[in-house]
Amino acid sequence: MTDAPITRRAWLAGAAGVLGAQVLPQAPSTPAVPPDPTKLPGAPLSPLGQRSPFERPRRIPMGSGQGISLTPLQDLCGIVTPADLHFERHHAGVPALDRQRYKLLIHGMVERPLVFDLAALKRFPAVSHLHFLECSGNGGVSYQGIRPNVSPQLVDGLTSTSEWTGVPLATLFREVGVKAGATWFLAEGEDAAVMARSIPMDKGWDDALIAYGQNGEALRPEQGYPARLLLPGWEGNTNVKWIRRIEIADQPFMTREETSKYTDPLADCTARLFSFVMDAKSIITFPAYPVTLPERGWWEITGLAWSGRGRITSVEVSTDGGRHWAPAELQQPVLPKCHTRFRCLWNWSGGETTLLSRAVDETGYVQPTLEQLRAARGAGTRYHFNHIRAWRVQADGAVVFGLEG
Amino acid sequence: MRVRVVALALALVGAGCGARDRAATAADAPPRFGFGRPATPAEVSAWDIDVMPDGTGLPPGSGIASQGAALFQLRCAVCHGRTGTEGPAGPLVGREPRQGFPFGRNPRLVSTIGNYWPYATTLYDYINRAMPLNAPGSLTPDEVYGLVAFLLWRNEIIADTAVMNARTLPRVVMPARDRFVRDNRRGGRTIR
Repeated sequence: MTDAPITRRAWLAGAAGVLGAQVLPQAPSTPAVPPDPTKLPGAPLSPLGQRSPFERPRRIPMGSGQGISLTPLQDLCGIVTPADLHFERHHAGVPALDRQRYKLLIHGMVERPLVFDLAALKRFPAVSHLHFLECSGNGGVSYQGIRPNVSPQLVDGLTSTSEWTGVPLATLFREVGVKAGATWFLAEGEDAAVMARSIPMDKGWDDALIAYGQNGEALRPEQGYPARLLLPGWEGNTNVKWIRRIEIADQPFMTREETSKYTDPLADCTARLFSFVMDAKSIITFPAYPVTLPERGWWEITGLAWSGRGRITSVEVSTDGGRHWAPAELQQPVLPKCHTRFRCLWNWSGGETTLLSRAVDETGYVQPTLEQLRAARGAGTRYHFNHIRAWRVQADGAVVFGLEG
Repeated sequence: MRVRVVALALALVGAGCGARDRAATAADAPPRFGFGRPATPAEVSAWDIDVMPDGTGLPPGSGIASQGAALFQLRCAVCHGRTGTEGPAGPLVGREPRQGFPFGRNPRLVSTIGNYWPYATTLYDYINRAMPLNAPGSLTPDEVYGLVAFLLWRNEIIADTAVMNARTLPRVVMPARDRFVRDNRRGGRTIR
């Protein structure tokens, strides 16, 4: 999609060898088109647009209602993820919710416990912001048991970017009147897991939203319809979908999803609680498995970078396994806590090599190597795998996921 | 008369109210809009199901391991196995490794209630809100207390005779309670 004719050919060349057990979309049978479209009137107007029958991007679902589905990063351009391709992670499936019956309860350490229906939420002054959302387990396959035959989708498909529209949580906090001494709130969903996380009040006052819009329309059910919590830059699980209750308190609640899960065992024999922020990260999405480059010469390397701490300030790319690094171009707009598209020209001589990308954010944080991250956290840590990703280009042009260097 | 009207309008603007029926800026917004409606006590209690480590939120009722054992076979074993270790869902029972807390060093270690969960109250909260998977929210407080007692006993944390209720459960000290630390990542040059 970055480069339709050649990329498609390259994709097919790569895919031909790996279909079968591999969970990749089947190459579509060629749709029927007239020999000369200028000699026939086209299709009529329609109330709802469809993708070209030649384009079949698909999520890859894994597991049941408690599983994940991954965004096809290699099929997308720009920074926005189409809503129907936004990744999923649910703890008890996608609930069927009626917008007429929806309500959000805010209670606990407040002057006025209040209930907001959807119309009330939409009556408040709204804001729209582009932000990435990433599952903190994203990239686990690149940390333990690394395999060569994984695509960007299978490596890092648990990240997506949308334009989110909603009411700032701070507005709702002012409505209910937060009492002195409040430090945490519980955010709880209306799914069958009644999924719940404790969030510091500071984040609620800062940039949290109760979001009801996604890329210009209502949230998709898989993203929390009719309303969800959005905590820009924080691990996906804390962005509670289908939010129905907020309880304000003076301590964290220590739910299952913030103690037995979503904690990070460390090499020093402790485990990190409340590891909210997603550190800076990048991944090259082209060229990447299952692409086979059909010929040497000029190619554009492209990918995504993002940081939960603010803006990406630079992405460096290496085309020789890390011996030399060159700055990639950052596509505008470069927004805080949002996917940033990077591009870098590369004249491939046809030899075997390794492609790497390294993101830097506005705090000066540099995306670490796998070795650095393992040294800091240990081989058994379970979330927040933001180390440098590597793609090995073989002499025949086949690209596989690989270790650095 | 005219002077008085102008003076009144100026006073309103000065008070930050903005003129009615005219577009206003965010700076003119009131401290509160008054949207939404008061929550009734019944609405709050129907949804306020969380349980905190100090026991806040635990309902009346009680249970012991033998009661929980029978219910576990009926409602839980299909996913968690007869003894809480067989799966297909991840194991609930197990104390190994008893020394240290080497989960970060060894990716093969499997965490359980007995070797990883820091708070016993979380068991009540989670079983009550989300289990069993095919009928969440269907267990009575006595049933949840019984299952909590069974799982704590199976993990060698309480005696088989120990009664779990709103008073005793918050006092149960989990083996991993002091293994957890707060996030020390701050951005910048240091990889943590």
